[in-house]
Parts: sequence; structure tokens; C-alpha cells
Amino acid sequence: MDNHYCIYICGVGGQGIIKTSTIIGEAAMNQGLDVVMSEIHGMSQRGGSVSTELKIGGYDSSIIPNHAADMLLSFEPVETIRGLDKANSQTKIVYNTHPIVPSSTDKAYPSVDSITKTLKENFRHVLPIDGTRLAIEAGSVLSLNMVLLGAVTADDKFPLTKESVIDAMKNNLKPKFHEMNLKAIESGYRSIKG
Amino acid sequence: MNLNELVTGASGEKQFLLGNEAAVRGLVEAGVSIAATYPGTPSSEIGNVLSVLAKDANIYFEFSTNEKVAMEVAATAAASGLRSFTFMKHVGMNVAADSFMTTAYSGVTGGMVILSADDPSLFSSQNEQDTRNYARIANVPILEPSNCQEVKDMVKYAFDLSEEFGLPVIVRTTTRVSHMRGVVEFGDVKDNSSKGDDHWKRGHFNKDPSKYVPVPAFAGDMHIRLWDKIHKIEDIANKSEFNSEIKFTDDKAYGLIASSSAYNYAHDIVKFNNLDVNILKLGFSYPFPKDRVVEFLEDLDEVFIVEEVDPIIERDVFAAIGATNLDVIVHGKLDGTFPLYHEFNSDIVGEGMDKVLNFYEGGDVSYSSGLEKLQEDIPSRAPVLCAGCPHRAMYYGINLAIEELGLTPDDVIFASDIGCYTLGINPPYNAADYLLSMGSSVGDGCGFSVSTDQKVASFIGDSTFFHSGVSPLINAVHNKHNFVLTVLDNRITAMTGGQPNPGIPIDGMGDEAPEVSIRKLALACGCDYVRVINPFNLDQVVKTYVEAFKRDDTAVIISKAPCTLIKGLAKKPPVNFVEGNCNGCDKCVKELACPAISKVDGKITIDKAQCDGCNVCIQVCKYGALEAGR
Repeated sequence: MDNHYCIYICGVGGQGIIKTSTIIGEAAMNQGLDVVMSEIHGMSQRGGSVSTELKIGGYDSSIIPNHAADMLLSFEPVETIRGLDKANSQTKIVYNTHPIVPSSTDKAYPSVDSITKTLKENFRHVLPIDGTRLAIEAGSVLSLNMVLLGAVTADDKFPLTKESVIDAMKNNLKPKFHEMNLKAIESGYRSIKG
Repeated sequence: MNLNELVTGASGEKQFLLGNEAAVRGLVEAGVSIAATYPGTPSSEIGNVLSVLAKDANIYFEFSTNEKVAMEVAATAAASGLRSFTFMKHVGMNVAADSFMTTAYSGVTGGMVILSADDPSLFSSQNEQDTRNYARIANVPILEPSNCQEVKDMVKYAFDLSEEFGLPVIVRTTTRVSHMRGVVEFGDVKDNSSKGDDHWKRGHFNKDPSKYVPVPAFAGDMHIRLWDKIHKIEDIANKSEFNSEIKFTDDKAYGLIASSSAYNYAHDIVKFNNLDVNILKLGFSYPFPKDRVVEFLEDLDEVFIVEEVDPIIERDVFAAIGATNLDVIVHGKLDGTFPLYHEFNSDIVGEGMDKVLNFYEGGDVSYSSGLEKLQEDIPSRAPVLCAGCPHRAMYYGINLAIEELGLTPDDVIFASDIGCYTLGINPPYNAADYLLSMGSSVGDGCGFSVSTDQKVASFIGDSTFFHSGVSPLINAVHNKHNFVLTVLDNRITAMTGGQPNPGIPIDGMGDEAPEVSIRKLALACGCDYVRVINPFNLDQVVKTYVEAFKRDDTAVIISKAPCTLIKGLAKKPPVNFVEGNCNGCDKCVKELACPAISKVDGKITIDKAQCDGCNVCIQVCKYGALEAGR
């Protein structure tokens, strides 16, 4: 039962969230672990919020119960707040600090500093990373999902090895991007491990 | 994973697959020859994958104009001795129902399987109807997979069952099954190779009007034969390995019966809360396996029925209890233990079971008041029309035309249809007032035009027009209805992920195909006023709508420009903001509402990554503060 691990991944359509989740899932399968994942397609993709749920270790349901995620991995600050129903005080909350301001004008976008401060008041493991900057440094803003993938592998409780995640990445993405992706995964990993 | 693995993968190989991909592997293993669909989420990816793999898999595949045609393509293939497959979203079954009902009577020779994907919680649908009702209306077997492995296995098994009894078989998924990813172990592939010139093999139709032509003289016997089959299949359902008990305890007080994705939630609740409850999982749920269910119920005091959406198994369980005089209390949707609508999850199932079993211990999660406020204050991020979407330009223009004619928003009824353009419902466009189903905007235009003195503007997409917009347009012309029909021709079936349709010169297998002209169709239907406009030319849009609204017949405007998501389109340079010219009217932000334009710190900001260079905002700005990029 030690290998139970639930990750809720959220962000905005087009950030590579489903691909990231699929890579983790495939890596889990290759390590011989039970894994199920849920994703939403269709209307929700037109610039809307997107989320996937990944559950490793003996689950039949692919939906994470409320407050039961081991990790909340968010590609965007405000989406982190939207995903908090899945978190509890022990959940590792890793999020990219670069905002994508929605075109809706119902409410003002809160400052990222206030988001971080408020999260830290309520959760033990709050890990903001400037993933967008690290992605650009690795070669392209499009490697943001690889930076965050690297960050997941840095969690001590994460049941997969960095190597198996890298193998699954190589099996799912074009060879011409491998070098950039490896750089991005490494920088995400180091941003958590220090 | 490389998609080709779905065709070339060997028995015993494991892959991490989407439920819809697992369905495709099921087709490959079953040796299917003919497949047809109309795209609909949550079933769409099956077609997307087939359009890539069909030739390698020896399958003829087409995107039919609608689900009824797809059903007919599959039915005739099966009558010709081939294995055939049609798949659709749940509401597609309504369109296909007329032919589907008769297919149950006439039966099949080759195996025929229908996959219908339900959408509890309406992630991308207009209702939550439950396909399992169709199995009972038509009297055909239904299988309900819970996970990706079962999707593959049940699709494959459904063909054997269909062929053995000469009946079509339904496989019902839900969004959470079609869009679940899980580990799937491959099985053996049945040979379906072609010996002829085509990449798929041909069957032969053996004439037998008493079997295939349901005139009254024959159809009565067909109905008797149907019941004979169903009674025999009930025996099989009673013994099916898809109806199995998962034992957690020797305690006999409580039991639980579940199917599909609802089973997954129930399983995890029982397992992770160590509940003394055994589960009977019904994967083969119609014909209802009454004997198997009664055997499970016999020793129980109380039973939970966990199913999404309608209380169908629950009613069958009540009937079984009544017929056998069992003394078992039933907790399900009908007594309020579980909700009658929306999808379930472990929390919902757990809370329902907790009402009876009281196993949850308190421990509410509480946050600081600062976080609670932050949760309330974050901006929404609903789906929107993309930057550069031609629909936005058309909606902006039609609203200007209405203003120019001196009409108020209440003077014009917007009859919308199914597609991305339904997003026109949102402010500032407010361009969706009424909607029923695929193609309904045209029939709705007919009805409103005789029922009210209001003007009517109907909106329909290109693919939806081919699906079911043509016959109501003929009705409109012949019955002299007065409304403006806009066909939003964005050269693709956009909402479901970019499938081809008869308006573009490519078919479902990527081959060249004749392009069917929407303009010529409208003219052939008898419309006197048919105009093709470029939605990005605002003056032309406004002028055309002003003209069309003044008419008293069925006017057709084809708003033609490609969807910005079509791959390979040349990207135009993004718009520049000229700060010195901006007078702060915010018209570009508030009235156009393009996601690439926002106001940050009091200043208009163009998101250059998102801006598609459609240049509509330049025409909106009267002060020259937005200029074309170079």
C-alpha cells in the first residue's frame, strides 16, 4: 500500500497538461504499478480550465476524492486555487507562478504574491516555481510541462523514478525536442530539490 | 505510445490507453471491416484514431453526415456478413433511433456493435440521457465497461455475441470511461484481410425479404424472433463473467450492485473504508441477469444500487425482488440515497452509503478566512471563442446590423445550434436564445417566424447543416417562413476536434473527396437570397445582415472563413497597439471580447502569442489605436 499516490494536475487548455499526465501514467505502467487517469476533452478546451487526475496503486476510480491528493501540480496560479478541493494540509502544492489572465472580466486577477502568502498560511508544503522562466531558459516556453514534470519527480513520496519518467517522455515526444525536454525536466527537478 | 501499436501490437502487450483508444484496439482484435460515425464528444477520439489507422487495420471508415446514416452504413455491412461498428455520443442515438429500432427486428448476419457514449454532468452535451434506455426500448443487449481494459474486451466480445444471435449489441460508456486512461493488455487479432483491390474485405448480401424488409406481413414475426433471442441471451447474461461478485466480507447483511464508472467509485469506497459489503458488478446489464441478481440478493438484508444516470438497474432489482418475494431493502436513487442526476464520484457514493452505514468520521477541512475570500474572488475561466475565431466577427457584425436597423435585442430571436458557436450565448454577444438539438436552429426559425412578430436569426455550423439542416431548410422555403439563416462555414467540424465534413475535399480516411457546396445546396432548396460573406470584413457583414433582415423570405448567409485551429493555416502577424491614439473607450475589450485583448494596469494589452491577426479589432476601433501587424 506504500505506492499509493494521487496527483491532481490543473491549468489552462493548451499547456500540455494531458501529455504530462500521460507520460507519468505510462512510466507508472512500465514500473509495474496500477495506474488510472482521468481527463476532460471537448468544450472545456476552448481556453477554459483543464485538469487531469492520476491515481497510482490499486484504485478503480480515476477521480481523486476531495482532499485526497498527494500532489497538486498546477500550471497557473489561479488554477491552483481552483484545484484546492483536492488538497489537504499534507498535500504538496507545486505551481507555476506565471499567470494567464482570463478574458472574463467578472473579477480582477489577484496578485501572485498574495496567492503564495495565503497558500502558505494554510498548507505545509507550498512550492511555487517560476516554471515559465525555467522553460524559456531550457529553450522554449512550450517546455513548461517538462519543467513541472521534473518538479513532480523531485517529491520524496513520488513512487516513480526520474529515469522511468524520462523514458516515458522519450516514448511520447519527438526526438528533436528530447534535449530541450531533458534540460527542462532537470531544471524543474532542481527547483524543488534545491 | 505510437498509435500504430493499436494495430500492430501483439497479444500480451500492455499499453496505457484512453478508453476510446481501447475501443479501437477492440475493433482491431474483433476483425471489423466497416466503421462509421458522426463525431460527438465523449466518443470523438475513436473516429480521430480510426481516420489515421483505418487503412492499416483493413477497415473502411467514414464520417457519415449524421448518426442515422452511420447506423445504416453499419447495419447494411452487417447484413452483408461483415463485422461493422458505429459509435456516437448519447444524443446521436436519438438521430439514429429510427433505423436502430428496425435493425433490432431484422437482425444482422455479421456482428454489429454500437458504442454510445453517455455524458453524465454534461461536460459537452445538452442533456444527460441514459443510453441504457435504448437497449430496453429496442430490446437489444447492452454491455457497460467500467475501465479501459473492459472497453477493449467488451467491444471484442460484443461482436461474438452479436454474431451468435444475429442482433446488434450496444456498448455503453460514460465520459469517465471514454476519457479514462488505464493499462490495457492486448489480445489476439482476428484476421480481416482483404483479398480484393480495396484495403477492406467485401461481404455479400443474401436476399431474404422476410428477414430484411419489415412490411407488416413480416415485421410481426420479426418481433417474435427478437424475444426468442433475448430470452436465450438472458441465460448468457446470468452466467457472464462480466457479471461477477467482488467479495470483501463473509458478512451477508449488506450488498451493493453497480455498473459502469459508478462501479469504480463504489469499489474504492468499500475497499478503502474496509466496509463489510460485497459487490455484484453488472457489466452485462440487459437482458437483465435476473437469476444472477437474485442469487446475490438472497442472503442480504439491504442492498445499494450504484448507477449513473437513470435508476434502471434499480427498477429491475425491485422487479426481481417483487417476483421472488425477497425481503431486501433497496437503497438507490429512488429512496434518495444517491442523486437522480449528474455523474457520481467517490465522495457522492461515500456520502450516500454513509447515510445507511455511518462509517465516516468527522474531520472537516477548514481554511483561513483569507483563503476562503481568495477562493471566492478568483476570476472565472469558462470556455470562450478563440482569438481569431470567425464566429466572433460574425456575431459582432450581426449585433451592429440589428442596432443599425433600429431594433432592440428583444426584437430578434437567436435560434442557435450545436457547435463552438453556441458559445455566442455569452456576453457581450448574447446570441443564443433557443436550442434543442443538432439542426434545430432551422426548424426553430420556421416555428418562431409563424408564432411571433419578432425577427429570427438562426445559426448553424457547416457540419451541423449537413447533419440535419438541409431538410428543415426545404421546409422553410416551401412553407414560406421568414428568417435569416446563417451557416457558419468554418471548413471543419471544430467543436469535436477538427473532423472533416462533406463541405471540404477530404474524407474520413484522408483521401480526396468531392466537396459539397453549401451555397448550391441552399439555392437548390429554393432560397432566393443566398450570400457568401467574409466574417472578418465587418462592413460587408453589417451591410449583408441589414439587407437580409429587411426581406420576408428565408434568407441564407454563409459566413465563410476557416477555423483558427485548423493545422497548417498560415499565421498572420499580430495586431499592434498604438497607445497615443487610444481614447480609453474599451470597446475592443468589452464589445469584442477577444481573449487576446485585455486591459492590464489601465492599458490595452495585446497577447501576441494568442492574437491571430484577424484584424477585426482594427475595424472596431474608431481611433486608430489598433493597427495591423507586419
